[in-house]
Amino acid sequence: MLIRKAGDIPYSEVTPKSVYLNRRAFLAGAPVALLGARSASAGTKLPNLAKSPLSTTGEKITPYDSVTTYNNFYEFGTQKEQPAQLAKNFKTAPWSVSVEGDVAKPRKFSMDEIMHLAPLEERVYRHRCVEAWSIVVPWIGYSLSKIIEQAGGPTPKAKYVAFESYYDPRQMPEAKYAGIQLPYVEGLRLDEAMHPLALLCVGMYGETLPNQDGAPVRMVLPWKYGFKSIKSIVKIRLVESQPPATWNIYASNEYGFYSNVNPHVDHPRWSQAKERRLGELFKRDTLMFNGYGDQVAKLYAGMDLKKYY
Amino acid sequence: MAKSRSKIRLGKVLLWAACLSPLFRLGWRAYQSELTANPIEFITHFTGDWTIRLIVATLAVSPLRRLLNRPNLIRYRRPVGLFAFFYGCLHFLTYVWLDKFFVLSDMIKDVAKRPFITAGFTAFVCMIPLAVTSTSGWIRRLGGKRWANLHRLIYLTAVAGVIHYYWLVKSDHRLPLMYGGLVAVEFAYRLVASVRRKVAAPAPRKVLTEA
Repeated sequence: MLIRKAGDIPYSEVTPKSVYLNRRAFLAGAPVALLGARSASAGTKLPNLAKSPLSTTGEKITPYDSVTTYNNFYEFGTQKEQPAQLAKNFKTAPWSVSVEGDVAKPRKFSMDEIMHLAPLEERVYRHRCVEAWSIVVPWIGYSLSKIIEQAGGPTPKAKYVAFESYYDPRQMPEAKYAGIQLPYVEGLRLDEAMHPLALLCVGMYGETLPNQDGAPVRMVLPWKYGFKSIKSIVKIRLVESQPPATWNIYASNEYGFYSNVNPHVDHPRWSQAKERRLGELFKRDTLMFNGYGDQVAKLYAGMDLKKYY
Repeated sequence: MAKSRSKIRLGKVLLWAACLSPLFRLGWRAYQSELTANPIEFITHFTGDWTIRLIVATLAVSPLRRLLNRPNLIRYRRPVGLFAFFYGCLHFLTYVWLDKFFVLSDMIKDVAKRPFITAGFTAFVCMIPLAVTSTSGWIRRLGGKRWANLHRLIYLTAVAGVIHYYWLVKSDHRLPLMYGGLVAVEFAYRLVASVRRKVAAPAPRKVLTEA
C-alpha cells in the first residue's frame, strides 16, 4: 500500500523575508489596516460629528428601524422591505466617485478621501417621498459644494450637475424587474447643487450609511421629493445642458425635473397636499418646499412651479 | 346522498378556514407589531391583494368544475365570491377610515380625480349587488336568467380591479399583469366554451344559472 506523506510547509505559507525582517512595522500597521477596512463598511460609528446650523429643529426623529426597513431602492427590489434583505451583501468597498465634466480639476475621489474632505456634520432633515409618506432623519455629511470645489470648482460652462448611481446586475438581480432605466441618474441645476442644504451624505444616526439607504455615499435634497436624492453615487458630472433623470424619463408627466415638494401640484395619480409621517396615524399637511422655503424659494423666483414641477 | 353531503360540508369548513386565514395572519402580525413602518399602507395592500386573489378564484370555479369534471365545485363559488367581497369591504374600509378618516370631500375628490381610485371604487360598487343577491331567495325572485345576467358584473369588477392595481404601481407591473393574465385566461375559456356551445346547439335554449 502506498502511503502518501503530506508535504512539508507549502511555499505560499512561508513568510516573505521582507515581512519577517520588518515584522514590528507590520504589526504596528495592522490596526490601521483593519480600521481602514471598517470605515468603508455599513454601520460603522462616526465620531466627532459637528452639529450643523442647517439642521432642522423641533422634529421628532423617525426610529432607525423604520428608515432601514422601509426603502425605495429599486435596484434591490420594488417592495419596501426588499432592499434591507437584498442589499445585505452589496459590496461598497473599494469605492470611488468621479467628479468630472465642466470642473477645473476633474478627478476621482476614493471613499476614504470623501470621508475626510470636509468636517462631517450631522444634519436633521425632513425627507418627503413622492408617495406621500415622510421621515425625519439625522443624516451625516457635508454640502455637495465642498467636493465640487475640491475638483477645482465649476467652469463657466457648467450649468447643471448630473449624478449617476452604481449599477451591477449581478449584485442587483431584482433590478431587471424595476421597470425603470438603470443605472439610476439624476440632475440638478448648478445653483441648486451649490446650495448649502444640498447634502453629500455618507452616514445617518451616527453611523456610516446602511446599504439599503444608499451606501456608501448619496445625495440628500430635503426640499425635493425623495427620488431626487440619488443613492450609491459613482459619478458627479458638471454639464452645460439639463441632464436626464430616471423617473422623469419613465413618466415625465408624473415626475418633473425639479420635483420640488409642492402641496399645490398633485401627482396625476394622487394628491400631494398631505403626507403620512411614518409612525403617525393621522396625515399631516405637506409644506411648500417641505418647509425649507426660507432657504430655497429664491432659487425658483419668477418660475411657474405648476409648469416646472 | 349523505356521503357527498358530508364531503361538501368538510370542503366548506376547509374553504372557510382558508379564506379566513389571511385575516388571522393580519391580526397576528398586528399583535406582533409586524405591520412594517407604514402599517396603514400594509393593511391597505394586504386586504387589496386578497380581494383580487379571491376575485380571480371566484372566476376560476366554473372553468375548473368543467375541466376537472367536478360539478359539485359550484357549491364553493358563492362563499369564495362572498369572501372576495368581504376582503373588498375591509380594503374599502381601510381607505375610508385609516387613509381618509371619513373626510367625505377628500374622498369625492379622489374618486373623481384619481383614475386608480375611480377604477377601484367601480370594482367595489359592482360587487355590492352581487353580494346582496347571492342568496337562493334572490335567485328565485330574479329568475335564473336575469340573476345570471346580473352576476356577469363580476367581469367588470375583475377588469376594474386589475386596472386599479396596474395604475397604482409605479413601475414594476409584474403582479398586476399576472392577475390581468389570469383574468384573461378565465375570460378566454368562457368565450371558447360559449362559442362551442352555440356551434353544438344552435337553437336557443334555457340558460343555466351559471355565468
